[in-house]
Amino acid sequence: TDDLSTSPIDDSEVTSDMIYEDPENFRKVLAKLYAGLAVTGQEGPAGSPDIDGIDEGFSSYIRQLWVTQELPTDQAVVAWPDPGLPGFNTQSWSPGNDFVMGMYSRIFYQITLANEFIRNARDEDDPQIQQYMAEARFLRAFSYWHALDLFGGNIPFVTEDDPIGAFEPEPVGSEEIFSYIESELMDIEDAMPAPQENQYGRADRAGVWMLLARLYLNAEVYIDEPRYDEAVTYTQRIIDEGGYELNSTYDQLFLADNDEADGVIFAIPFDGNNTQSFGGTNFIIHAAVGGSMSAADFGISGGWEGHRVTPEFVDKFDKDNDVRAMFHTDGQNRDVDNLGDFNEGYAVTKWRNVTSTGEPGSRSAYVDTDFPMFRLADVYLMYAEATLRGGAGGDMNMALNLVNDIRERAYGDETGHITSDELDLDFILDERARELYWEAQRRTDLIRYGYYTSADYVWAWKGDTQEGTSTSEHLKLYPIPSSDINSNPNLTQNPGY
Amino acid sequence: GNAFAQARDHTVEGQVIDANTEEELVGVNILVEGTTIGTTSDSDGNFRLETAPDDTLTFSYIGYQSLEVPIEGRSTITVEMMDESIVGDEVVFIGYGTRQVEDNTGSIGRVTADQFNPGSTSPGELFQGRIPGVDVTSSDGAPGSGPAIRIRGGSSLSASNDPLFVIDGVPIAPGGISGMRDPLNSINPNDIEDITVLKDASATAIYGSRASNGVIVITTKQGQAGQPLQLNYESKLSYQTQRETLDVLEPDQFRQVIDDRFGERGTDRLGDHETDWQDQIYSNVLSHEHNISLSGAYREVPFHTSIGFTGDEGILNTSSNDRLAGSLRLTPRFLDDNLQVDLNLRGSRVENRFANTEAVNTAIAFDPTQPVMDEDSPFGGYFAWTDADGQPIDIAPANPVALLEQTRDESTVYRSVGNLQLDYNMPFLQDLTATLNLGYDYSDVSDGRNFVTDNAAFDFEGDEFSGSRTEYDQRRENQLLDFYLNYETELPDLRSNFDATAGYSWEHNYEEGETFTTNYNIEDTVVVHSDTDYKTENYLVSFFGRANYSLMNRYSLTATMRADGSSRFAEDNRWGYFPSMAFAWNMHREPFMEDFGRLSQLRLRIGYGVTGQQEILQGNYPYLARYTFGETSAQYRFGDDFIRTYRPEGYNLDLKWEETKTYNIALDYGFYDNRLRGTIEAYHRETEDLLNVVPVAAGTNFTNRIISNVGDLEVQGIELDFTGVPVATRDAYWEVSFNVSHNVNEITRLTTVDDPDYIGVETGDIAGGTGNTIQIHSVGNPRSAFYVYEQVYDEEGNPVEGAYVDRTGDGRITEDDKYRLGSPDPDVTFGLSSRFQYQNWDFSFSARAQVGNYVYNNVDSEYGFYSMMLYNQYLRNSPASITETNFVDPRFHSDHYVEDASFLRMDNITVGYTFENLFDVVPSMRVSGTVNNAFVITNYSGLDPEVFGGIDNQVYPRPRTWIMSVNIDF
Repeated sequence: TDDLSTSPIDDSEVTSDMIYEDPENFRKVLAKLYAGLAVTGQEGPAGSPDIDGIDEGFSSYIRQLWVTQELPTDQAVVAWPDPGLPGFNTQSWSPGNDFVMGMYSRIFYQITLANEFIRNARDEDDPQIQQYMAEARFLRAFSYWHALDLFGGNIPFVTEDDPIGAFEPEPVGSEEIFSYIESELMDIEDAMPAPQENQYGRADRAGVWMLLARLYLNAEVYIDEPRYDEAVTYTQRIIDEGGYELNSTYDQLFLADNDEADGVIFAIPFDGNNTQSFGGTNFIIHAAVGGSMSAADFGISGGWEGHRVTPEFVDKFDKDNDVRAMFHTDGQNRDVDNLGDFNEGYAVTKWRNVTSTGEPGSRSAYVDTDFPMFRLADVYLMYAEATLRGGAGGDMNMALNLVNDIRERAYGDETGHITSDELDLDFILDERARELYWEAQRRTDLIRYGYYTSADYVWAWKGDTQEGTSTSEHLKLYPIPSSDINSNPNLTQNPGY
Repeated sequence: GNAFAQARDHTVEGQVIDANTEEELVGVNILVEGTTIGTTSDSDGNFRLETAPDDTLTFSYIGYQSLEVPIEGRSTITVEMMDESIVGDEVVFIGYGTRQVEDNTGSIGRVTADQFNPGSTSPGELFQGRIPGVDVTSSDGAPGSGPAIRIRGGSSLSASNDPLFVIDGVPIAPGGISGMRDPLNSINPNDIEDITVLKDASATAIYGSRASNGVIVITTKQGQAGQPLQLNYESKLSYQTQRETLDVLEPDQFRQVIDDRFGERGTDRLGDHETDWQDQIYSNVLSHEHNISLSGAYREVPFHTSIGFTGDEGILNTSSNDRLAGSLRLTPRFLDDNLQVDLNLRGSRVENRFANTEAVNTAIAFDPTQPVMDEDSPFGGYFAWTDADGQPIDIAPANPVALLEQTRDESTVYRSVGNLQLDYNMPFLQDLTATLNLGYDYSDVSDGRNFVTDNAAFDFEGDEFSGSRTEYDQRRENQLLDFYLNYETELPDLRSNFDATAGYSWEHNYEEGETFTTNYNIEDTVVVHSDTDYKTENYLVSFFGRANYSLMNRYSLTATMRADGSSRFAEDNRWGYFPSMAFAWNMHREPFMEDFGRLSQLRLRIGYGVTGQQEILQGNYPYLARYTFGETSAQYRFGDDFIRTYRPEGYNLDLKWEETKTYNIALDYGFYDNRLRGTIEAYHRETEDLLNVVPVAAGTNFTNRIISNVGDLEVQGIELDFTGVPVATRDAYWEVSFNVSHNVNEITRLTTVDDPDYIGVETGDIAGGTGNTIQIHSVGNPRSAFYVYEQVYDEEGNPVEGAYVDRTGDGRITEDDKYRLGSPDPDVTFGLSSRFQYQNWDFSFSARAQVGNYVYNNVDSEYGFYSMMLYNQYLRNSPASITETNFVDPRFHSDHYVEDASFLRMDNITVGYTFENLFDVVPSMRVSGTVNNAFVITNYSGLDPEVFGGIDNQVYPRPRTWIMSVNIDF
């Protein structure tokens, strides 16, 4: 009966007792913590998924983030009838929604993986492993921030001190999650490599500052407490100590050679041969193409005919002069009379799998385009917004100059410059829309400005009418998925669901 | 004894006849007991032997009870042999031994070679419709594909519901073999002598942890001691025709619809051809089969050997299945017959070609106005939908003919199953037998390959990457060792029999394989899509015992116990214990029954037992904390390097056996010397700690769903079968069998915490959209109930698009308005078969019916709506049902698509004629004609109402097959 104590005989499987005996494996597990943001499993593009109960392609971190941050806003509508998806166009979802479950599961998957890594790395003396551990703590804080932003404080709270197995984690509330993320980031700041000193695809100290700045800029939403002073402090620090500059062209930031672009603080790399998935930028690019668009122009073999924008979003642009107004209008209705028809609403040509010199990416089925998770223009706009919101230490002149730097790149010359009178909070929000659209930020921005559910700003199909209508406030947070409510009796549902 | 030393100066001759019909029996083995001297009866049933006057002759004949007849100096004798099935004295295989039917306590169904469905190429189909409570559903019409078998509906949700197969004492490891449609396809049905299905726990508990879904015991043919050589040749020629195709819009109808709906935008895309795509992909095909078997005894070694070839073409072009199978079984006895040896070796080579079955659906959806070939097409000359750049549109349907002809998907599978069983009667204690059984089951596919040419539009990815080339191999090596002791004794003083068995069993299952996929260009591997290899194993170690006591041939009591240890569970949960108890009462032997003279048999059986399930379909290490290495296609970039990653896997330390308790009560009856006989049976089964994939609390494991022991399922049913022999005379014989079974299942628990708001686990993926499901497992309902909206119909009875009944009455249609409708499992299943013989003619048929099985017509729901018949730059056809629904948008969850698919199917009809004594060298030759899948009666609107799992999409149609067969005995 000794035969019954088997252990894996395949070289590609190692028991957990053995894995960390080889220091080189720490690097391979850390790579998985990052890869959880890019691919959906151990076999690209699909085949050995991390997340179950949902189509593997749907379960991609960036794809889910894109769906939850863009579709319920003025920046995107989707044509596909996949169950639970059309409701995002109209801000209509329930705790049983597959995509809500997918996003939530992916976030906690990342957190649990990070906990395991930290648990095994914390007693190692090797300074290399200590740096890996700091990066793992960064990634955990990053996912906790998404959890807080999307689901609020009623989420389970687990750290490296919790076991794996049958237990039911307790929720601790927004304040505690907020201060946990804050203290973790403060704690690892020095252990992280200096800005631009880490390898491409990995986070560095500027990433820590950026995440802190994000947290502080939205603190009023998260914990009902303004923290604009710190938002100024950390955006300023990236500008002063990061050594970044704006990439000379806007479009290269979203092309197959955007790994060579300037001003990207933290990128999630994709590669046609080595990092394949049906999520990430591969999804963003394919879903945008259809109608009379030429797939070859996008470096792909065929579009998926999914995403367009609302007319309200189109109107934010000075279309003739702003290079960021990248719309395909031939054969497309400007209005979205029918959500399910790809030809209704302008299509977007921002993301592509061709290089800045026009060469196609290495593959047409899987793209080379990386996802710039944090980038400098965003920092500029956050600095300006925090300053306008009264953050101590903010300089209005500097804010104006930073905004005009962005505008100058967009217009190619100074004609896009604005005056200090024109620089107000609503301008910043619109400028964020123009600069950062389809980069999975819009929902957070609209909530911070109070426009996400209110009647002050409506767009096509908000609240399920074509002209748009206000929606219920409780929709600012997604529901805790019923799958977790059913498995963890300590959780309570977010109000309104 | 030393037979050769004895004088053989006595001649005895005689005739062997059937005791009931007085028919002459041809080919009966006759042997002088204790010697190897013997003969067989000729075509008139006559025999003649040189022997000693005080010898005893033994008569044995398949399907008849063996007889021992002392000569007692006679020179002519007439021997009457009794049909086993009538006598009721037959022996049944019960796992690690046999048992007389009279003493049997468990629920057992049995079909022997002469009753098998003709024309079956898979062992699973041989007994289709013959045994109550055993549903055999042919999976599809592909050559070599195997049926799904459910015994009493199965007892699991997420774990396997497949029964355990045991071939000559070797349990066949479950799970598919790569490159093989049906693992059992490697067994030649012609070698099978007997199939016994063990249904209730008292019969199956001896197989313990793998027995919850029943056990199917296959016994192969063997030679008889002293038997003269018997050579049999059988040849079959089959012609397969397509029974039916699906009605789609005709080209003119299609043109009209496109014009009406989309105007110029649509008509611009129309072609000027008329193509019946279904006609393009199916053909009527000829298949042939040849079997030669030889059995007899070489010196003192009885043997049976066979070789068979089957060359099957499929009606879907480019599919075929060629099987070459050989077998050898030796059953000698040594050491004064104290040592019985049973050596069994069988091997097969199966060559498969798989058609790209995606063509089945695209043939329905492809624009009928487009041509098959287009001389301007750069894609091998096949028409393909292209965009403005001339690139194929990859979400458009692919040309069905191109799908078939530009794909080459083939494999050759070798498999061998064999065992050596040694039974030794202890010379000092004849009642004690020791048995050692060593078995193996190896399979090997080393050259699996699936090529798609680089000019195929449906696998286009630019110049370098187009097409694909997948190569795979797999080896499975399973070994078995059983050792058991059996003690059997008669206690004449107590008018009792006692029989006990105790043993040990060890099994090792090992599997390895690899898959390599790259671009098509063979010389130039531009890119590796995937390169995976794996190996894995598991062990099962068991101790088992069985005791049987019977008193006065009236009362039998059986108890069994099995302890199974599986390497799939953590140490604390590793062992499962599976007891059973059963009682049988032969009431007809009671003195007070003597008045009922016409009653030949009345037996009451009551049983209870526990069985288990460890086929959890989650790999071999679900309890173990481990990391897996990622493929090169899922790397992450660190600077200039791509890193292959290590991922921790979810695991459940608390995982344990799924346990099923079964209660069974049965009455076996027989009248008029059992010419009218049958069984009425009822059972109740409860599965606890169902192995089920459930959500885990977020943050507590490296997965969001994990296999756990959560949930209970109850199954109950009634089975009734009946066999009558209305005519049994010298010239004519007519037998009719009929069976009915009723089975219901209900999920009684699904979650750890009882939550009345919990709707259940959605299941049953459907085609159309991504992630749509149509079924639900929910408490208080049967497994996989359809979960749908109630369609509203107008006065003419046509569905009103998008209008559903507001079942909650809250004025809105929400998820809460869905309801549960029917289930894929039938309420009642019927089987009817009959065999009629008149002189040399024979006629037989078998039919099945199911009532109350529901099917979701996914073909209609996926394609039957207007809005996507033009999707930007390509057109799509629809089933003709669209003219009834007139749906514009997809309405996947309307109950309009869930239909009662009750049916009656005539599985086969056979007529045969037997020639006797042909040209003096051929004692017997039978010529027969069979039609398989003759007809189906149903109200279901789709192609075929018999859909395993209840979701009708992409089904390779089951053909109607005409078979001519010749069977010659030499």
